Amino acid sequence: MRTTRRTTALVAAAAATMLTLSACGGDTDPLAQGTGDDEPSAPDTIVVGSQAYYSNEIVAEIYAQALEADGFTVERNFSIGQRDAYMPALEDGEVQVFPEYTGNLLQFFDPETTATSSDDVYVALQEALPDSLAVLEQSTATDQDSYNVTADFAAAHDLVGIGDLADVDEEIVVGGPAELEERPYGPQGLADVYGVDVSFEATGDTTVQDLVAGTVNVANVFSADPRIQTEGLVTLEDTEGLFLASNVVPLVGAGVAEEVASALDPVSAALTPEGLVDLNVRSTEEQLSSSEIAADWLAENDLG
Amino acid sequence: MGLFGDAIAWIFSPDRQTGSLPLSEAIGTHLAFTVVSVLIAAAVAVPAGWLIGHTGRGREVAVALSGAARAVPSFGLVLLLVLVLGVTHKVGASTTAFVLLAIPPILAGAYSGVEAVDRRVVDGARSVGMTPAQVLGKVEVPLGLPLLIGGLRSATLQVVATVTLAGYVGSWGLGFYIVQGIQIRNFAQILGAALVIVVLAVVLDALFAILERLVVPAGVSARRAPEN
Repeated sequence: MRTTRRTTALVAAAAATMLTLSACGGDTDPLAQGTGDDEPSAPDTIVVGSQAYYSNEIVAEIYAQALEADGFTVERNFSIGQRDAYMPALEDGEVQVFPEYTGNLLQFFDPETTATSSDDVYVALQEALPDSLAVLEQSTATDQDSYNVTADFAAAHDLVGIGDLADVDEEIVVGGPAELEERPYGPQGLADVYGVDVSFEATGDTTVQDLVAGTVNVANVFSADPRIQTEGLVTLEDTEGLFLASNVVPLVGAGVAEEVASALDPVSAALTPEGLVDLNVRSTEEQLSSSEIAADWLAENDLG
Repeated sequence: MGLFGDAIAWIFSPDRQTGSLPLSEAIGTHLAFTVVSVLIAAAVAVPAGWLIGHTGRGREVAVALSGAARAVPSFGLVLLLVLVLGVTHKVGASTTAFVLLAIPPILAGAYSGVEAVDRRVVDGARSVGMTPAQVLGKVEVPLGLPLLIGGLRSATLQVVATVTLAGYVGSWGLGFYIVQGIQIRNFAQILGAALVIVVLAVVLDALFAILERLVVPAGVSARRAPEN
């Protein structure tokens, strides 16, 4: 038994070490911030942050390179994590530029919001933001929740909008992350807004695979997910504004808003919904790094 | 009472009987995953463990394999198996991961139980003319039962805690509430579901304690180990 324990302990320790090392992999250790030099950044140095979400990091890299092209010195602080984790850093001014999504950001500051259309959300967001933060012009690119069906299912039942689901005579099973059940746009929202009664199945990280395999027939997928294209999914139109519009927008420190606007507004103007999906495809399909993708995109749009 | 009170209130709320996963169904699926996984693991590991203990062969391999298996992160394994086997086999994929988790302690319990039997007793059994099968069935297995039951007990506790991960891939088990609760920041729900898992674990442990007293022949319980 003693040998067993020792072997186990050794193997377990080795595995734990490997996990820890790989967890810290990459050059973006969020904990490194604040432990090193705490000196305020030099003037004209802009700190750009990003979520730990590949698509967000690409947009952050585009912002960073656009700022560099405009003469700023840029410090990158990517993959910080979730909103609760990075928002304090933004409010303190440690991070000054961050790619955000209008709807989700509005919901963070004002959970009770009733705005759903793109313009209403943008206006409401400007009111809801604390004084230390500002949003620049929003882009038309969105990355928001959407309901999707397979092309076959859409053709078989003549589906265009979410409301058409009410006429489908078979049982509708909606798949999505576990929390979808409790969201305003979840099963309850479908019943209240569109009169569509559905059952819910938590499908976690395999929502798209579940839809394709047929274990669910409606799936909650982010609108900029490349698999909507690659798997030939049909996004149902949300005519009643069930989902909160979530456009990509630069969230910036109020103090630097004017300085950085000239570099970032043209980026937002050029970033389209299809353009965002293409950026994501280049990451997931071609496995390019965010800096390559960003440099190519800026060159194509004459913004470099 | 604060959060703890809220968690208790969450467990007994009438809302738990409705929704996509009623609490009774979550407990049912949680226990089903646990029992089925441990039974499958036992069907594999108990005969293998007895054979290893009886013959003394393959011990090193078993030690190395079960040691390595214990270090496999179950979370990664569940997701990996779901992707490999496909989303239509989520139940099978999750069960496989839990079976792999349960095998090492059961295997260790089975072979160490047989191994721990005093060699003089085995020699005695052989000298009165018992066949190797009789030595195993009438001497080594009954005398090794305390350690085997201990192995099953620890496997069951590990699995009942780990079945929580099934909530990441589907609407099953108490893990579903925890996964959902983290995202919607409902801490009462997270703690409530965790408390139910704790209760399940304690109840299962108590059942094994009773089982241990019932099935182990008088005089060979682990508490009264033979003195050398």
